[in-house]
Amino acid sequence: MSYDWNWRFLLDTVAAGEGSYLDWLLAGLGWTVALSLAAWALALALGLAVGTARTLEARWLRAPAAAWVELFRNVPLLVQFFLWFFVVPELLPRDLGLWVKQDMPAKEFVTAVLCLGFFTSARVAEQLRSGIGSLPPGQRLAALALGMRLAQAYRHVILPRALRVVLPPLTSEFMNVIKNSSVAYAIGVMELTFQARQMQEETARGLETYLAVTTLYFLCAFAANRAMAAIEARSRIPGYLG
Amino acid sequence: MTAKLVLLCCAAALAAAPVAADTLAKVKEAGAITLGIRESSYPLSYLDEKQQPVGYHVEVCQRVVEAVRRQLGQPGLKVQFQPVTSQNRIPLVTNGTVDLECGSTTNNEARLKQVAFAPTTYVTYVRMAVKRASGITGLAQLHGKPVATTTGTTSVQLMRAHEKAKGVDFKEVYGKDHADSFLMLETDRAVAFVMDDNLLLGLIMTSKNPADYQVVGETLSVEPIALMLRRDDPAFKALVDDTVKGLMKSGELEKLYARWFMAPIPPRGANMNYPMGEHLRQLLKAPNDLPAEAYNKR
Amino acid sequence: MGAFDWQVVWASLPYLAQGLGFTVQLTAVALAGGLVLGTLLALARISGPRPLALAAAAYVNIMRSVPLVMVILWFFLVIPMLTGRPLGTEASALVTFTAFEAAYYGEIIRAGIQSIPRGQVDAARALGLTRAQATIHVVLPQAVRNMAPVLLTQTIILFQDTSLVHAIGAKDLLKAAEIAGKNYNRPVEMYVFVAAVYFAICLALSLLVRRLRRASGTAAPA
Repeated sequence: MSYDWNWRFLLDTVAAGEGSYLDWLLAGLGWTVALSLAAWALALALGLAVGTARTLEARWLRAPAAAWVELFRNVPLLVQFFLWFFVVPELLPRDLGLWVKQDMPAKEFVTAVLCLGFFTSARVAEQLRSGIGSLPPGQRLAALALGMRLAQAYRHVILPRALRVVLPPLTSEFMNVIKNSSVAYAIGVMELTFQARQMQEETARGLETYLAVTTLYFLCAFAANRAMAAIEARSRIPGYLG
Repeated sequence: MTAKLVLLCCAAALAAAPVAADTLAKVKEAGAITLGIRESSYPLSYLDEKQQPVGYHVEVCQRVVEAVRRQLGQPGLKVQFQPVTSQNRIPLVTNGTVDLECGSTTNNEARLKQVAFAPTTYVTYVRMAVKRASGITGLAQLHGKPVATTTGTTSVQLMRAHEKAKGVDFKEVYGKDHADSFLMLETDRAVAFVMDDNLLLGLIMTSKNPADYQVVGETLSVEPIALMLRRDDPAFKALVDDTVKGLMKSGELEKLYARWFMAPIPPRGANMNYPMGEHLRQLLKAPNDLPAEAYNKR
Repeated sequence: MGAFDWQVVWASLPYLAQGLGFTVQLTAVALAGGLVLGTLLALARISGPRPLALAAAAYVNIMRSVPLVMVILWFFLVIPMLTGRPLGTEASALVTFTAFEAAYYGEIIRAGIQSIPRGQVDAARALGLTRAQATIHVVLPQAVRNMAPVLLTQTIILFQDTSLVHAIGAKDLLKAAEIAGKNYNRPVEMYVFVAAVYFAICLALSLLVRRLRRASGTAAPA
């Protein structure tokens, strides 16, 4: 195997444009990080609500929450991206649809955040539901017996405990978000995978390009892992293993 | 059984061997030649309603395959089709997946560092498609508006260069392939789609309401389009060149042109009605494989 | 975009069926190959010699921390440059998914085996069973029961993930629908149809997993 390594192409100016290929790579990294963080925040917020709703007794809350989870879990992410990008704007009122398609700032990015956020929220919801289910029922009953309303019991007793239980699975979900953000290339978000494909076509430095991009994904996943581990350590309740 | 097969494939994939620079030997050994084809590069190379590859360049390639069969004395040589996109066609030719690319690839100097091209068989003019109702007639009207183009194409670079030179600011939106980019125009995600004129006309032809669109504006570039093959493979290049030049000399290429540009074609029997341009007419008389830079000297 | 026109779905059914055929084939091959390779990886990590265990662990961890799209592109575009042996889209997809799923199945199998208390092996050995007999008759039956629902869940994910061969243009269900959508200029209907097909299949499979969980007494919490 005699491969002719050449990393200097990274500093070359891009064909007929400004900046170097390294700039493209860093811009790609920026979009990947921004997309992952935004989608993760959305997924946590939605997942928390949906996951909680699934554990309630009220049927009018439980059923739609269950439907939500099934809907977003049983369609491939790539297909969901296409649905959000090509189909959803056609279902909106005409003027709003047109605005979404033409004038919405950073439209591919916003679409990708919604898609990835909703997709991941179903997974977060399932983790939370099983986290709540794993708590001894006595905790909830005790809270209610102390005179708390159901909402208070969730707010002060159940959720704080359940969230700690689900932190480890949430860590891997966060890393999944970063990995899944790569699928956004399909709707034209200029994240790392998109840049890799574009760079390989223009520079013919395929191996270097893919090594660089893969390493950046590694670093992102590792950083996410460490960040979640830090949160886990800080939120530990003394005397519990979890 | 399947698992075993997969293991074998893995082993084969990992057994290092140098990339074959001798396409004819590789084809002979494999008993098959792989043609790279496009999904929506009308009318050069695209999939018809049966999802089979057809088009002007696909036919030219099939003539080359005939010549390969004759030269190798393998009349039963198999033909495999590999769909390629604007982003992966060059890597796929250089890494050996595709032996001959029959798409709509511009021959230019940057690409000649990586691949080789057959004599030019089509000359395209890069312009833009707009909706008739938009009233847009020139690039200057696109300032601040979303403009679609396909990733990995020379149009991307042309737009970058135009922005830099004229100080206009497009909001570029990228389609994965030409049909995708056209969809952006159709659904008002972009107000213009900058691309090779034949591709634009082909996409308009297959659209729901062809009368709604038109190709307008200044020509950003004149580009020679040709079949693409691996570099530094003189034997295969000579065979491809001779075949293409032979088609030009015998008048067969002109017939192929008429069949794909001047007559009803799949998938829906529409007619592009697009007479041959002056550049190509000259090339039929005196074939060459010069890159785009030779056409756009300023 | 006007009213929906489902005629195009009807007209393209044969090609959609072909595409679905490849999706299923890819899933089946990656499932079978992934289980075999995954078992080997799990055994290497649990009881292989140290260098082998480390290599298996490295393989699993690398595969699991890289996006699948990247792995697909590596196998399709980059690795043939080094080996000089391109595989073509379909074969490349089969190899990629087998190699990728092996890492995930391997971890599930490892967890399944390790969920069996050590005492069971000791007891089996004390009863006079050989090491191999203990593994086959005592450990594996219980491990398989523990991990079956998780393996199935992973297979549903695999089935969905096969749509990512889109990145290299392999003609699966999604690709066949996309081409038809382009030919008839009806992408919206095609995407909706494809989503519905995936949804129906995956929902049916996940209901099956739930039933299996209940039957095997390993009900998911809550």
